[in-house]
Amino acid sequence: MTADKQIVQRLARGFSSAAFDADGALRRRLATLAERRGVLDLTYRTVDSPFGPLLLAATPKGVVRVAFSGEDHDAVLSSLASEVSPRMLHTPRRLDEISRQLEEYFARKRRAFTVRMDLQLAHGFRRSVLLHLRDIPYGKTESYRAVAKAAGNPFAVRAAASACSHNPLPLVVPCHRVVRSDGTPGEYRGGPEAKRVLLAMEAAK
Amino acid sequence: MTVPRHRARPFEEIVAEHGALVMRVCRALVGRVDAGDAWSETFLSALQAYPRLPAGSNVRGWLVTIAHRKAIDQLRGAARRPEPALELPESAVPEPPDRDDDELRAALDALPPKQRGAVIHRYLADLSYAEIGKVLGSNATAARRSAADGIANLRKLLSKGTP
Repeated sequence: MTADKQIVQRLARGFSSAAFDADGALRRRLATLAERRGVLDLTYRTVDSPFGPLLLAATPKGVVRVAFSGEDHDAVLSSLASEVSPRMLHTPRRLDEISRQLEEYFARKRRAFTVRMDLQLAHGFRRSVLLHLRDIPYGKTESYRAVAKAAGNPFAVRAAASACSHNPLPLVVPCHRVVRSDGTPGEYRGGPEAKRVLLAMEAAK
Repeated sequence: MTVPRHRARPFEEIVAEHGALVMRVCRALVGRVDAGDAWSETFLSALQAYPRLPAGSNVRGWLVTIAHRKAIDQLRGAARRPEPALELPESAVPEPPDRDDDELRAALDALPPKQRGAVIHRYLADLSYAEIGKVLGSNATAARRSAADGIANLRKLLSKGTP
C-alpha cells in the first residue's frame, strides 16, 4: 500500500504543470488556430487610456464593444458572453488596429476612426442614432434634439439621449459630441468628466 | 430567451481554470513532445462545442473526455489532418520548460489502455470513478478496478527498473 502511495505521489510530481504556459505561447497558438477554424466569435483585450483601462472586444465583423473602466469589465465580458457568444478568448487578435488608432486619437494625432464596426448590440432607433453619430466630425457638437431629428424621429429626444448613454462603442462612435441644448455636456458612459476632457481636447487648436 | 448561467462564462475563463490540468493529462497520455498539440486540439474542440454544453455540466470531466479522445486519435496517428504551417513564429508549439518523469511515462505506456486512462484520470485529473467510467465507456466499478490494477502494474513495472 505504501508503495502504491509512492506511485501516486510520483504521478503528481512527474507531470507537474507549475510553469504551464508561462510565456503565453500555447494560448496565443490556441487563438490563432481558433480564428483560422472559424470557432472564435469574440476576442477582447484592455488598453491604457487617459481615463484608465479600456476594454475592447471584436467579432469577425469588427469592433463590437468599448468599455470604460467605470463599467465593471468582468460584468461586460459576462454580458458579451450571453448576448454575443461565449466562444471568446483574451487575445489582441482583431484589435491591433483599433488599439493603435485609439492611442493616436488620445495623442491628438488622429481625428477619425477607420476600423470596421459591428453594431449588433444596438437595435432599431438606437442603431439609427449610432449610424448618424458617426457623421458628426471631430471638434463639432450636436444637440440631442438635432440627433433625434437626424435619426428619423424629431420627437424622440429622450430616446436619442438613451441611445447615446447605451452606446456600445463610445469614443469610436462619438456620442461624446452630443450635448444638451444649453451647451452643457450632459451624461456620458465614461462619466461627465471624461466627456468634458474629450470635448476640450477636440476643441483645442 | 434565458441563457443558462454557465453559458455566460467566457471560454477564456475555462482555459484559465483548467488549462494546466488538461496539460498535465495530455503529457501523461501522449508524452511531452506531442502534449502541446493534444492540448490545442482539446481546447479547439471544446471551444467549438462550448455553446451547446448543457447547463450544470462538469467542465473538468468534459475537457478530460475530449483530451482522452484526442490522445487516442493522436496515438493512432489517424483522423488528424496536419495543420498547415503558421506564418507567425510565435505559433510554434512551445517546449514545456520542466522535465517529465520519463521512466514513469514509459511505464504508463506499457499499461493496457483502460488502466492507463483510469490511473491518469483518477490521479492527475482528479475525476470521480463515475466520471472515469463515462470517459472509458464503462462504469464506476470497472473504473475503480482499472485504476487499482493500473497502480499495481505500475508498481511491478517500476520495481523492475526497466519498464
